[in-house]
Order: sequence, then structure tokens, then C-alpha cells
Amino acid sequence: MLILSDFRLHRPASLADALLLRAELGDEGAVYAGGTELLLALKMGVLEYEHLIDIKRCPELRGVQQVDGTVRIGAATTHRDLETSPLLARLLPALAELERHVANIRVRAAGTIGGNLAFAEPHADPPAMLTALDARVELAGPAGVRELPVEDFVLGAYETALGDDELVTAVVVPVPPAGVRATYRKLATLERPTVGVAVMGEVAGDTFATAPAVVVGAVDERPLRVDATPLAGASVRDRDALEAVVEAARDLVDPVDDLSGSADYKRHLTGVVTRRALEHIVDPGSPS
Amino acid sequence: MSDTTTTAVTGRINGREQTLQIDNADLLLDVLRDLGLRGAKPSCEMEVCGACTVQLDGLPVSACTTLAAEIDGRDVETIEHLDADGTLHPVQEAFLRHSALQCGFCTPGMVMTAKALLEQDPDPSREDVVHWLEGSICRCTGYATIIDAVLDAAEVMRRAR
Repeated sequence: MLILSDFRLHRPASLADALLLRAELGDEGAVYAGGTELLLALKMGVLEYEHLIDIKRCPELRGVQQVDGTVRIGAATTHRDLETSPLLARLLPALAELERHVANIRVRAAGTIGGNLAFAEPHADPPAMLTALDARVELAGPAGVRELPVEDFVLGAYETALGDDELVTAVVVPVPPAGVRATYRKLATLERPTVGVAVMGEVAGDTFATAPAVVVGAVDERPLRVDATPLAGASVRDRDALEAVVEAARDLVDPVDDLSGSADYKRHLTGVVTRRALEHIVDPGSPS
Repeated sequence: MSDTTTTAVTGRINGREQTLQIDNADLLLDVLRDLGLRGAKPSCEMEVCGACTVQLDGLPVSACTTLAAEIDGRDVETIEHLDADGTLHPVQEAFLRHSALQCGFCTPGMVMTAKALLEQDPDPSREDVVHWLEGSICRCTGYATIIDAVLDAAEVMRRAR
């Protein structure tokens, strides 16, 4: 049986207390929420910390709220909370649907959206979708609060722009205007996605008004935006335009051989899943 | 601030409130098994197989990847609690009727996951059952009998309400 090494467990009851601990402990302390990634790394001995700061008891960090034209998701909100949030289902249905298919029910019951982003495991579902939705990460630290686009927050595999004295406090997602839709398609042979593609775009009939946002996740170390200008003003049934974007996605990624498949296989799948996502956003009845 | 590597916690385990001094590094699965509750099984140790599933505040969690300290102020239920009154839970009865087990290793986790589903959604579709059981691995049955059993249990429980 795998055994964790000893650590102190801090359970602050407010964001202010959590930030004090964060400033005091710096890189000797890990932020702990659902533990679905962190505890695995601790069990395997990949990471070791003298202190864990459990942020689940900070009420400021939980829940889903509509704030002006955005949905503000507290960092310690679980995937299950998001999967079952009526507000999310109404305002960001594609994100709610993605959350329903994160890992398995046990991981969704424990794992949090903030933890998912802050751990920056590349084989994850939310980052690609949040990038396509132009979501921002809210960070709090001794110097105050700052916001970064998700795509600027995730720097690489297990690497983010989070400071040692900062906490992810929320994910802020703009509610797309009427007529703008989003979707996420993925292929997963294991628990985690092999390839995930998020698309957001303004669609009328089967035509994209402007170039849709197309983001490939899980293949490279961070989500990648695909140039989809060939589809601006084009129908999804315009095979030349569609295949140009599919080709752009395949050319963009730089996959490596790993347990999810060979590099060639993942490059091929990137094209397949990109095509499916673009067809799905226009025709939600298309095969996934 | 805690000065040691243990934490005093008070939580309900199978309906009984208990106060325990927990090593921070202890996992829920180890603490439960040390208490004699051995239905939850150590297996994959990485949240992918479901053999260690228990309910925490009603939802299924992997006890292998949950700190034992998490029971503080919360409610843990394990398979051992289901027949505490001397009769099997309708999900357990349905598993027997449908022969939804062979070696039985995954069964406690399957039953706890199915029970959690039926508490959240008393009338799930077959697709809902499949969705909830994703990540609960059985190497004997091929799953069809398990899904049949969960749907049957749902119907029995709805009729009993």
C-alpha cells in the first residue's frame, strides 16, 4: 500500500487566512482542494510538501454566480457541482456538458475546477474549453487580485503563472452572446482525454459568421488555438474550408508517444476530433 | 495553525459519530480498514477502478485517494452499513437476483456507486447508469447484469416509496 509522508494540514476558514498561510509557507506548502491530482503525486513520491493548505473551508472559494455578463466559478467548486448547476446549464451549457464527462463520478465529486487549472496536468478537459470561451483566472495574493486569460495562466505541463504566495480564487467565464455556441468533443481511451477539441463560434444555419475559436487540448503541454480563418463566412459543408482547418489543427500539434498513443496516432486523432467538433457545433445531432 | 502531523476529527462513520486523532498522511481507505470495515478494497490506488468506493456526504469517492481527515464534520458510509438492520439493501438484493457478481471484489464499490446514483436520481435511464458506473471496473461480469440490477433496484425502490 502506498503511504504518504507526514505533513501539517492547515484548514483556514476564510480566504484571508488562506492567503496569510500561503504568504508564510511559500513553496513549502501545497494548496489542497479535491486532492484528485495532488494526492496521487504525493502517493507516488513525485511531490513532497511539509504543509498542505486545505482551501475547501473558505466559503469565498465555492459556488457559481452570475456576475454582470459572466459566470464566476469559485476555485474550490467541484466538477460535480458544475455538472449539476442549473445556472451553468442555462448560461454555459457546453461547459456543463464537459463537466458531466470529466473522469468518473468519484473524481467529479472531489476534484475542483481551480485545482484542475492550477495543477496543469495536460491531459485535462476544462482548459481547452475555458480557453475557447475566453475565460479568465482570478488570482489573489499579497499584492491584491489580478486576472489572467486561461491561456496565459497555463504555461506548460504542470506549470502555471501562479505565484508561490498566490491562490486561484475563481474562474470567470464570459457568457457568449446570443447566436454564439460552444462545444467540446473528445476521445479518451483511458480515464483522461487523449485529444479534446473545444469550439466556440457564431453559427447561422450551417455557416460560421466569423472564424470560430478552435482549441486543441490534451495533445501538447498546453491548449493550442488553431487558425480557423478558412471557415470565416463559410458553411461547415464547405469541405475545402473544413479540411483546411482540420489540416491546420493536425499541423499545429506536436504530440509525443505516451500511454494514450503514438505521436502519429494522436496527430491523426487531432484532425478527426477537430472535424467532429466543427460539425457538432453546427449540427448537434452529428456523431461524436 | 496545526503544530503536529495529526488532526482531531469528528465525523459520522456508518451513522455513528466518532472522534478520532488522524494522522494527516492517512488515507480514508486505510483508516476504514483499520476500523474493521474491509468491504472497500485497495486495488488501483489511483481513482480509476472503483473498488475502494465509499459514500462521503452521499456522493461516491475513492477512499484510496481521500485523506482520512476529510471525514471531519461529514458523513461516511461503507458497504457494511447497508445491512445493519439485518436486511440487505434493495441494490444488494438486485445484484443477487441478476447474478451481477462473480468474484465479488468490485461489488462493494459497484453497490455504493449505484446506491449513490439512486439517491441522486431515483429514475435513471440505462445511459445514466452506464455513465455513473464509468470508472468502476469489473473483470468478471461484462457489466450487463450489473446495469440490469441497478435499473431493477431503482424500480423496486420507486415502488416502495
